Amino acid sequence: MTITVEEVFETAQMILYHNLDIRTTTLGVNLKDCIDSDFSAFKRKVYQKVNTHAVRLIEHARKLEVKYGIPIVNKRIAVTPISLIMESHCTKSKFLQMAKTLDKAAADAGIDFVGGFGALVQKGMTKADKTLIAALPEVLSQTGRVCSFLNVGSTVSGLNLDAVNLLGGMLKDAAKKSKNAIGCAKFVVFVNAPEDNPFMAGAFHGVGEPDITLNVGISGPGVVKSVVEENRECDLTELSEIIKRTVFKITRAGELVGRELAADLKIPFGIVDISLASTTATGDSVANVLEAFGIEHVGAHGSTLAVALLMDAVKKGGAMASGNVGGLSGTFIPVSEDAGMIEAVNKGALSLDKLEALTAVCSVGLDMFAIPGDVPDATINAIIADELAIGIINNKTTAVRMLPVPGKKAGDQIRFGGLLGTVPVMEVNRYSAADFMKRGGRLPAPVTSLRN
Amino acid sequence: MNKELLFITVIGKDKKGIVAKVSNLLYKHDINIEDISQRIMGGFFVMTMLVDIKTADIAMDKIATELEKIGQNMQLRIQLQHEKIFNKMHRI
Repeated sequence: MTITVEEVFETAQMILYHNLDIRTTTLGVNLKDCIDSDFSAFKRKVYQKVNTHAVRLIEHARKLEVKYGIPIVNKRIAVTPISLIMESHCTKSKFLQMAKTLDKAAADAGIDFVGGFGALVQKGMTKADKTLIAALPEVLSQTGRVCSFLNVGSTVSGLNLDAVNLLGGMLKDAAKKSKNAIGCAKFVVFVNAPEDNPFMAGAFHGVGEPDITLNVGISGPGVVKSVVEENRECDLTELSEIIKRTVFKITRAGELVGRELAADLKIPFGIVDISLASTTATGDSVANVLEAFGIEHVGAHGSTLAVALLMDAVKKGGAMASGNVGGLSGTFIPVSEDAGMIEAVNKGALSLDKLEALTAVCSVGLDMFAIPGDVPDATINAIIADELAIGIINNKTTAVRMLPVPGKKAGDQIRFGGLLGTVPVMEVNRYSAADFMKRGGRLPAPVTSLRN
Repeated sequence: MNKELLFITVIGKDKKGIVAKVSNLLYKHDINIEDISQRIMGGFFVMTMLVDIKTADIAMDKIATELEKIGQNMQLRIQLQHEKIFNKMHRI
């Protein structure tokens, strides 16, 4: 059956007026084969492998942008968790040098972010893991493109509270060393981290992955918002169906581009991650989607139900569209990158407590929010631990990306510009859990993990 | 014979000479028009052309640039996209 003018117009409208794009094409690159006892040779091999693949990725992605008339916004690289390849070069200075090597490889190729400067410490830390964490304040403040992650727990391992307890101090140190705490925007702490997530800052190339693989992240809150706005009266089942149909279409576009790009690069295609991810562009906002549902501002009672519906419909539409749906797939609710979220915080509609509740049904977690710089380390650790406990018990990914901004108090605004937008500083609960946090150790894996 | 089919989408206000300008460009570069449709939708004039660029004497990115120029001159949005994306998005 031939394509109708209505169908062509629908696609063109999505791209031209509702910001549909391929948000990211992320090349996963294994760096284990670069390991060398000679550190200079090691760095040279890492530089060459990352840079060569990055250059090819950009070149081929551009061709497909023209062919399909759809913008591919970001081209990125995710590498093997760096602590794994640095076991025999375990000093802070060498970790920093490796970060600078990755930074340069990305910059020289024209790639904005390279992810994977992190460690998997869900059950305990090696010497390399501890050294990496100790080096993070310098890495995050002295490099511009290197993104870092830690996986500190999983449903089958429990939560490594000893690792969490290192993070409050680390984040505050990184915040002090970079302007407006911006270094902290490049660090995510996870539980149940997916090994094929293409979205930064948490992308890394898992140890179970092939040598090279291509993962694609597709977004489109503006597209979903427009169909929701056209259907203001329908009930929840119908609303879910409408979102599913739309997400099906945009996921298919992502899969087409991903598969063809992988074939052009002669590498295996990994996954499509369909995640509604806001940008600072007008109307490209998950909060605006929820408002179109009938929520006055995100954070109002009813918001958790709204995010649950949205998230589930997105997953169902995506799963029907592609056999390779993976990564985080669902809905991101970062504060700073979403004009509707910022407005909700500034109007007092959205508190940190309600944001935490929303993350129980969104696909990631507490993302891109700022807190006053004087919040004690133990409270930061407790905010992280609370969020991650939600992921462990509910067998899902959760994560935290936060900015404790020195000298700022609740209500202040931090302007970053570009993709990172503006961050309103949010108040935290000032009562202490320090005595609980200092117990340390490991939260045992929940009984739901005993399935063998 | 194998074809390489693309859709040209023109969106904007209806005015004289749109079809003439676009089809003149296509003729100049040996591009065959397989189908044309037009409709008023959501207040927009929308025209789609299905074209075969198999025998074209210039590459797709150059055609896109030429179409963009026409779009700018006539205050229209003109998109050029491979038909595969529409088949993927609108057909199961």
